[in-house]
Amino acid sequence: MPENEKPKPKIDLNRREMPKQEHHIRSHNFFEVALGYTAQLAMEEAQRCLQCKKPFCVADCPVNIKIPEFIHAVAEGDFASGSRILKERNSLPSVCGRVCPQEEQCESHCALTKKGGTIAIGRLERFLGDWEGAQAEAALPEMSTPTGKKVAIIGGGPAGLTAAADLIKAGHQVVIYEALHKMGGVLYYGIPEFRLPKSIVDREVDYLRRLGVEMHTDFVVGKTRSLESILEEFDAVFIGTGAGLPWFMEMPGNNLNGVYSANEYLTRINLMKGYSYPRNDTPIKRHQKVAVLGGGNVAMDCARTALRLGAEATIVYRRSRAELPARLEEVENAEEEGVQFRYLTLPLKTIGGDHFNVTALECLKMELGEPDASGRRSPVPIPGSEFILPFDSIIHAIGNGPNPLIPQTTPGLTIGKKGNIVIDLETGKTSKERVWAGGDIATGAATVISAMGAGRKAASSIHEFLVS
Amino acid sequence: MVKILENKMIVPNICMITVSAPEIARSVQAGQFVIVRADEDGERIPLSVSDWDVDQGTITLVYILVGKTTQRLATLTPKDILPTVVGPLGNPMEIDLFGKVACIGGCYGLASIYPIARALKEKGNRVTIIVEGRSSNLMFWQKKLKSVSDQLIVITRDGSQGIQGHIGNLQTLFARPGMLPDRVIVNGCNYLMMRAAEETRPLNIRTIVSLNTLMIDGTGMCGVCRLTVSSSTKFACVDGPHFDAHEVDWNELAQRRKAYLSEETQLLRSSLPQEC
Repeated sequence: MPENEKPKPKIDLNRREMPKQEHHIRSHNFFEVALGYTAQLAMEEAQRCLQCKKPFCVADCPVNIKIPEFIHAVAEGDFASGSRILKERNSLPSVCGRVCPQEEQCESHCALTKKGGTIAIGRLERFLGDWEGAQAEAALPEMSTPTGKKVAIIGGGPAGLTAAADLIKAGHQVVIYEALHKMGGVLYYGIPEFRLPKSIVDREVDYLRRLGVEMHTDFVVGKTRSLESILEEFDAVFIGTGAGLPWFMEMPGNNLNGVYSANEYLTRINLMKGYSYPRNDTPIKRHQKVAVLGGGNVAMDCARTALRLGAEATIVYRRSRAELPARLEEVENAEEEGVQFRYLTLPLKTIGGDHFNVTALECLKMELGEPDASGRRSPVPIPGSEFILPFDSIIHAIGNGPNPLIPQTTPGLTIGKKGNIVIDLETGKTSKERVWAGGDIATGAATVISAMGAGRKAASSIHEFLVS
Repeated sequence: MVKILENKMIVPNICMITVSAPEIARSVQAGQFVIVRADEDGERIPLSVSDWDVDQGTITLVYILVGKTTQRLATLTPKDILPTVVGPLGNPMEIDLFGKVACIGGCYGLASIYPIARALKEKGNRVTIIVEGRSSNLMFWQKKLKSVSDQLIVITRDGSQGIQGHIGNLQTLFARPGMLPDRVIVNGCNYLMMRAAEETRPLNIRTIVSLNTLMIDGTGMCGVCRLTVSSSTKFACVDGPHFDAHEVDWNELAQRRKAYLSEETQLLRSSLPQEC
């Protein structure tokens, strides 16, 4: 802690817990797990903030939210001001408050972290976002005078929505083209209802619509219309088409019935509302024993979804708990709800039975060896340790590649080895005139907030280009 | 939101719908498909684009009534709107000067083969269209098909029109003088496409099939449409839907097509007014 910041006489280290649905109840429903702070809890939590003069929390926020300022407003009970300050930098506070990994970003640098009393910045952000959403109509920010310039945004996910918000506030005309029938991208099809209710995504999208952003769903740029033809009509284009190409582990049996990509499994349930089948038409199978391959947040989402659909869910991961890439909070939630974990286990083969259905997974035991390039101890196979686990469904949650539609259909875009669009990381500029890109399509599958950060950087570079 | 201009049953169990979709009409090419949702709670299903009119800004889809979505689609009238018609998706059919091309259609494939035959004919190929069905009352679009081909051959199982027989007689047909094609293209149900492939394999004729797998997004995002072609996994939506018929793993394809059979049947039952 810097010397010039003397702690206030009494430091309250009691981080206020956010109420949650009991685990034995929530594991059987799709309602949101965390219930959010009450106004009282939010104010108590905000009042603990030291209001550092040099706030380290802000430096690590990809969208530079004025954290101490909005927390100060909450502490005073002035939620309207808090909300306004928050929205200056973040158009999707209710989303970010829920899905950002705050413990690795703003909260990890909180002055109280060392003392074990980190301010719950994410929970306060969520509280403000939800508070505003509950008001009759969210206040609109001041808008710049129209510039007469037009920007097309390809992809209605977190990168595109953020870029759209910044650009429209700067006075440009903004049109978003989204391939699916709902706006939100991964916020809609990927993140489950129990972590991010779709009504919240709809509300944040609606806010952008009220700002004047024009949105076209069911429009696949590269197919419905080429990017070239869009460029003729617009002054600049931002591509934020995300990581929409699922990877499967290379092993036999991947095309058996009952094997899913995490994308398919989650899309069926989130976008298509498969959890309410047969009220909604998109069918889902009621599997009994589901294995999820992978250890990231998406793997946790799949396992917890399977659990809620009545299955016994097991995460199969080749390293140990310490190396899980998922957020600790999500791992703990999954454990509490009853997801089982098979660590140090490498899937070798999916075994099928009658009617081409999955019956089992053949695996190999692993042990931890030396740290690898990622700094995590690498798993080493134990020869001869093959064993078979019975499952009737296998979900591959090992990541996604960039969606190939735009790279394949747009001449003049430099494409990286992994199929990503190559950009200047500072500005988001691509190799093509008047075209920017950002988020997973450029930098590979990552978090919602990093995509939003990329959308913001690109928007600022686009703005600079348009007004110069 | 897409306006319906016309929707009617053209032969028993097969319907034709024309909708206003100017952007799609401008960019669609032979062999591409769209994804349709019939209502807000509905599923996403792929349907081939069987005809289009750039000036009118319309596209025409021909669909067979199999599940709840197509049954629901059939009840819609020009007063209704479709929440989703998105596309054109998939790769266009490879159109080149191949020489003699046989375009084979069965079921809804009678319609989806039409734009393919038209493009091949325009390219200068000698196009023979072969349509196969149970009976003459299931045949449609014959005038249209004649207009884009040099020859139209009708095969019916009951002999009520054209040659009596079925797709398994293809080798005999191709043995007739001057009938051996340089390329065969088949559109229809999996069984028809698989049987046609068996017929052309010994004759060593390059045969392309347009597969109709399960799909959700249709843009490569979910992977439910995966199949094995030449021992490697492909996505029908972005790698296809057109594949070399002699390289497709037909058994796997058929099994994957049936993955949700019981759920689909349950839906269909529950959507009927009352069980007898």
